[in-house]
Amino acid sequence: MATIQEPLDKLLKVYLDAECIRTTSNIPIADRVVKDIFCQSEHIAKSVIKQEYSRQKSLDNRIDKIVTSRIFAYPIMIILLGIVFWITITGANIPSKMIATVLFSFQDVLTQWFQLVQAPAWLHGVLVLGMYRTLAWVVAVMLPPMAIFFPLFTLLEDLGYLPRVAFNLDHLFKKAKACGKQCLTMCMGFGCNAAGVVSARIIDSPRERLIAILTNNFVPCNGRFPTLIAIASIFMTGTLALFQKSLVAAGTITIIVLIGVAVTFAVSKILSETVLKGEISSLVLELPPYRKPKVGAVLYRSFIDRTIFVLRRAIVVAAPAGAVTWILANIYIGDVSVLGFVAGILDPIAKVIGLDGFILMAFILGLPANEIVIPILLMSYLSTGQLTEFANLLELKEVLIANGWTWLTAFNTMLFALLHWPCATTLLSMYKETGSKKWTFMGFMIPTVIAFTVCFIIAQAAYLLRLA
Amino acid sequence: MNLTIGDRSKYRGRVMREHFGISTTGEQYIIALAGNPNVGKSTVFNALTGLRQHTGNWPGKTVDNAQGIYSYRKKSFLLVDLPGTYSLLANSVEEEIARDFICFGKPNATIVVVDATSLERNLNLAFQIMEITDKVVICVNLIDEARKKKIKIQFDELEKKLGVPVIPTAARNGEGLEELQKAVYEIVLEKRLTQPKQIAYSQEVEEAISVLMPQIKPLNIAAEVINPKWLALRLLDSDSSFIESINRFVNMYKNIK
Repeated sequence: MATIQEPLDKLLKVYLDAECIRTTSNIPIADRVVKDIFCQSEHIAKSVIKQEYSRQKSLDNRIDKIVTSRIFAYPIMIILLGIVFWITITGANIPSKMIATVLFSFQDVLTQWFQLVQAPAWLHGVLVLGMYRTLAWVVAVMLPPMAIFFPLFTLLEDLGYLPRVAFNLDHLFKKAKACGKQCLTMCMGFGCNAAGVVSARIIDSPRERLIAILTNNFVPCNGRFPTLIAIASIFMTGTLALFQKSLVAAGTITIIVLIGVAVTFAVSKILSETVLKGEISSLVLELPPYRKPKVGAVLYRSFIDRTIFVLRRAIVVAAPAGAVTWILANIYIGDVSVLGFVAGILDPIAKVIGLDGFILMAFILGLPANEIVIPILLMSYLSTGQLTEFANLLELKEVLIANGWTWLTAFNTMLFALLHWPCATTLLSMYKETGSKKWTFMGFMIPTVIAFTVCFIIAQAAYLLRLA
Repeated sequence: MNLTIGDRSKYRGRVMREHFGISTTGEQYIIALAGNPNVGKSTVFNALTGLRQHTGNWPGKTVDNAQGIYSYRKKSFLLVDLPGTYSLLANSVEEEIARDFICFGKPNATIVVVDATSLERNLNLAFQIMEITDKVVICVNLIDEARKKKIKIQFDELEKKLGVPVIPTAARNGEGLEELQKAVYEIVLEKRLTQPKQIAYSQEVEEAISVLMPQIKPLNIAAEVINPKWLALRLLDSDSSFIESINRFVNMYKNIK
């Protein structure tokens, strides 16, 4: 028998002796051991390395001194965010108009074809007015902003800037008792909340991972951005010249996103103090050197990537949703369509929070994908016979105003879009990642409750102060 | 009772298999691949093993484990890619796995991959490993990056100071891999003996160690399985996970026969 087996008592005795030494020592031994190892490593490394002046390294350091400094870090981040949004909005303008003109005029061609074959009106309705129009809308209005924002963001990522953002925000995350890596999951959430939820795997602590998953929804995904941009451009700008318009729109969206970020921190903190108590884990972050991004390659690759992604979603989700909506808008219960009927039921609740029944219903029907919320809303409005048709973005404002929109409606709709429940794909991802129905339900309820509460407060305050 | 080489390899085979999920033929040399995260460990691993690798999990843990085989001078080497860690003073699952494997799995040699562009930080792990085993080869990777950053390293000097082979490599381009394999070969077949530089701790620590050593040396487990000074240091750290590991492995060695 191997004499390796010896009474473990002997080992235990040595352990206890070590404990005794440790606790009676006048220096923290464990810390000193680590320090000694580091000192020796440093000493030897220094003696064999000759660092010649490297322009790259010193430039990196100088940039970092500014980008992560106490004073400039936050303004730089916010301004960069604003610039990205501004480029997205201005850049998307003309392509949107062009695509819209082409697609909507094609709609007339389609209508003619249908008339030629003497297709029944309902078929024309479902396929052309429902499916095709929604498809056309998503491609014309949603695609250009997404196809611009995403490459811009990828450029920032390639540049190496995002770890600096994580570094800057880490201390805020610590205050919220969440993990600094949550910053990176939030960045993923800008692209797609479902992807953001899955990316929470980079967080080791289950508690912090759950916080990141539950709060990811407060970062507006690519599907919600165009909604925000559309409403902001149309409603918040009045009669300003084009350049100021785009500035105001970009500014509004930046503020909305900042609100989302603030809510993320607040909810993370509340969760950490109540149902998800625990210790914070440490974050070791390496700031990679700044790299010149291959601008051409990035723009090309992510542009194509996004375009394909949006087109596919449009065909798979938006088109059928459009068909369904048209059907619901044209099946009548008595003298009101199903859509109108449901909207009517929701109206009282909606009015209390500054929206209307149709808006609320559009959000509910938008569960499969957020980009179809505005198309559905428009179709509901148009089907109530206020305007028979609209061909471009400008007329959108008239449709909205004709249906009772005020600044409050616009503002609250944007807030609701930011804060409301996650889309179906995200909920599914939540379930897959957490394996728990309870937490997925929480992931649904928390944003919903917050959305309703915030909109309620703002609406009631506005009503009270006679502002709307 | 002293263990003969034959016994040791029988034990090792069983311990490796059971505990670490590594199955090896008796004739294969087992090489551990350790290093900080992001130093190009996987690049080295892939460059050496090519397609002859397979990945899985460390048994009972959710950490990836990759093993691969390469041949050099007609000998077969099984390379085990340990999780990237900044140190072996276990604070996380990864560090525990790396430490347990090097300590109790007793690989024939350990390659420590360090980043030429941040040598200071990386040597910390190398020193800790050199305290456990003397069969160490330091692979200084990313020398192409270092060249770009105008960092010049005197490798001969470093080798003299560390007392173990130091091989510069740029695994991305295949630079230095031949020399790396040669160094590993020489260490494993004991054609080259090493004298790894031990850390000289500060006075209080050395005193504490010298108090414990008389009690540790007679413990057979100390002589056969673990470096006694390393054991003393871990006891002083009050590293309870290490104590648990010792218990586990003592029982395992006990049951092998």
